[in-house]
Amino acid sequence: MTGKEPQHLGWSRVMDGEEVRRSIARISHEILEKNRGIKDLALVGIRTRGESLTDRIAKTIEQIEGIRPPVGVVDITLYRDDLTSSAQQPLVRGTDLPFNVDTVRIVLIDDVLYTGRTVRAALDAIIDFGRPRLVQLAVLCDRGNRELPIRPDYVGKRVPTSKNQNVRVRLLEVDGEDGVFVFSPR
Amino acid sequence: MINKPEPVKIGPHLLGIAGLSLDQVHFILDTAEQFVEVNTRSVKKVPSLRGKTIINLFLEASTRTRTSFEIAAKRLSADAINISAGTSSVTKGESLMDTAYTLQSMSPDVIIIRHGSSGAPHFIAKLLDKTAVVNAGDGLHEHPTQALLDLLSIKQRLGRVTPLKLVMVGDVLRSRVARSNIILHRLLGNEVTVVAPPTLAMKHFEQLGVRICHGLNEGLKGADVVMSLRMKFEYLKDTFIPNLDEYSRLYCLTEEKLKELAPESVILAPGPFYRGVELSSELVDGPRSLVGNQVENGVAVRMAVLFLLSMGRGGAQS
Repeated sequence: MTGKEPQHLGWSRVMDGEEVRRSIARISHEILEKNRGIKDLALVGIRTRGESLTDRIAKTIEQIEGIRPPVGVVDITLYRDDLTSSAQQPLVRGTDLPFNVDTVRIVLIDDVLYTGRTVRAALDAIIDFGRPRLVQLAVLCDRGNRELPIRPDYVGKRVPTSKNQNVRVRLLEVDGEDGVFVFSPR
Repeated sequence: MINKPEPVKIGPHLLGIAGLSLDQVHFILDTAEQFVEVNTRSVKKVPSLRGKTIINLFLEASTRTRTSFEIAAKRLSADAINISAGTSSVTKGESLMDTAYTLQSMSPDVIIIRHGSSGAPHFIAKLLDKTAVVNAGDGLHEHPTQALLDLLSIKQRLGRVTPLKLVMVGDVLRSRVARSNIILHRLLGNEVTVVAPPTLAMKHFEQLGVRICHGLNEGLKGADVVMSLRMKFEYLKDTFIPNLDEYSRLYCLTEEKLKELAPESVILAPGPFYRGVELSSELVDGPRSLVGNQVENGVAVRMAVLFLLSMGRGGAQS
């Protein structure tokens, strides 16, 4: 996505800036509730927008608990299952998990959950670094159409879509504004 | 706002530095840096090239380069197959063309070739339309992955790739590593000086955009990177230099010389090198030396090259 997508070209907004920010706040609270605090917790974002979301959730948790949890980022480019069939040149940006993976409970964070293949690749990448105690999944938007048995623990908004639709999350840090948009071809 | 970098198309082959754009060089280096990280893990493997077949066709002697490519292929989970001159049908007189066609019938995804004749990789690339070809050294022509890994070592130590003053000392005439490095550094806009006796560094090399010096002291002044090129012993019967002692007295790199003439410089030496002939032991083992990094970076750069050439080829064949 390059510029703003005007409404009349088939894009409709399903979450505005305020809703995005409230969802992130709620997810942060839910993570603390489900894990009974911050002990042994680590947040890992899936590049690229997952990274920004992770940062915001880490900040929120820091405001609530007074401590910032360790934060990592995973790049799934080397683990994708569609690399050779894609006609696009891949861009490898690197994985950084600056904590001991064997002792933590990881919350994996991404913007959109769709087929589940990205999450599968992220799990493979993490497991190459060690054996986490458990991995939970937080996503801003769940658009359905799973192709693998993967389910989220924390969801911002469920937006049922069909396969020919497109879902885009825009974040302040990356795109200049917050919002979730669905594109439906006419 | 995060500035999202754009991927750059690399391929369909890597036959030399000539023909690479600045963007492509930077993209390969950036990708290689990610693979440096992979090589620090305890599980040094990623599944990206799982099921791909990579053939190392080394029709000229090599240990480092061949092993480096083999490790790179395996860390990408590819199947690596080594074919070397002595044990292949080349000894029975099979032509390069027939060797290539035979290999293609096994549907390899990449063929890495080192050959004694300049242009052999280009020849094979023209013959095989479904296989990516990587030049691991062809005759006296080019050795592109060596130049790229040298550049990565420089970038890691000095924090930049330009502006730099590069000084190459030694057998430039018969060094494909020298040629690839010259083309690469001229592409980056760096100043390149070549230091060697007149028999090994001839005037017409200036056409490549380099400065030629026959005196070591004069050439070394102000160097940021000093590259020591291997004296080709196997050609000693040719009368390019009178004997090794004389060469060594005039051209051997030592800590004292560098301290005096190029105190901030680092030293690269694509192996094998001869301690005491081209450079002193003290230099090889000392803090200026990037020799250790060159080996590590070799695997990372080769992983990057194999990865990028194998990817993005789905759909229309370029």
